[in-house]
Amino acid sequence: MEIGGEYLEILGSSILMTDYLEYSNALFREGLLDGQFIQLQMLRDDSNPDFVVEVVTLFFEDSQRILNELSKTLDEQNVDFKKIDANVHQLKGSSSSIGAQRVRNACIAFRSFCDAQDVESYGFCFFVLFPDQMCLRCLQQVKQEYLLVKNKLEALLRLEQQIVAAGGVVPTLNDVS
Amino acid sequence: MKKGGRKFSALVVDDDQVIRNFEEKLLARFELETKVVKNGEEALKLFREGYTFDVVVMDMEMPVKNGPEWYGGTCRPLVQATRALRAMGVDCMIVGVTSRGDGPEKAELEAAGLNCCWEKPLNDKIVRTILDELAKKSS
Repeated sequence: MEIGGEYLEILGSSILMTDYLEYSNALFREGLLDGQFIQLQMLRDDSNPDFVVEVVTLFFEDSQRILNELSKTLDEQNVDFKKIDANVHQLKGSSSSIGAQRVRNACIAFRSFCDAQDVESYGFCFFVLFPDQMCLRCLQQVKQEYLLVKNKLEALLRLEQQIVAAGGVVPTLNDVS
Repeated sequence: MKKGGRKFSALVVDDDQVIRNFEEKLLARFELETKVVKNGEEALKLFREGYTFDVVVMDMEMPVKNGPEWYGGTCRPLVQATRALRAMGVDCMIVGVTSRGDGPEKAELEAAGLNCCWEKPLNDKIVRTILDELAKKSS
């Protein structure tokens, strides 16, 4: 008995769609993505088919620039903590707008630590032990979370491409976190 | 949503490109004609040039880069921008989008003329609420 080409196509894209749902559900469960990412998916339609890819790509470019800036600033002799705060604030905002929850949380932690480093605003500070190193640690954490979500998002978007190429429809996501 | 055949218009004020991009598309999805600018100064410039909008959506914690009153994480720039807009005679809805909950700055913002603020990031529920308010105003 020959299995019709159409049947195989449907089977193929069904498997991909199941993979996609499992993969994305895992990302929500692990807190890498939150409901805001679903907002993005919602904005994709026939007139804006590449919307999610565009926004995510822009986020990657923007984040890389900010992370480079942060490394540079922390490398300087006299670290400008206000500059650091401004950059981390920006990354917090953009990551929250695409739903990259763990990156956002890492930024929040970074900022609350930097606040303690702003000696001027406190007048004096107990925590003078290696502030630059502590900020470096915070930066490493942010970088780690960013690279992780970047990796996962790239994989997710590749799956979407495969589904569309196989003639399927990208399933609508539900936040299962 | 249309108001006697005309679409509602929105101005997005945010210093982050990712957010500007996202908010522009989100508002457009709800049929608002949207313009985006980077900061309060550019927003004021548009109003001076004669542009009008039904609603202005501003990021609560925009740092004014290199500004003498940068408070890093407070909404001072938003207070200033709102005051300036109201002083110019801008009477449309102005809303703030914030990553803080109901902070102590809220009273100051309301005094400056901000209509309301929401938790960041902007989403479909917030946009629908804004549209409902606009529909009420125009009826």
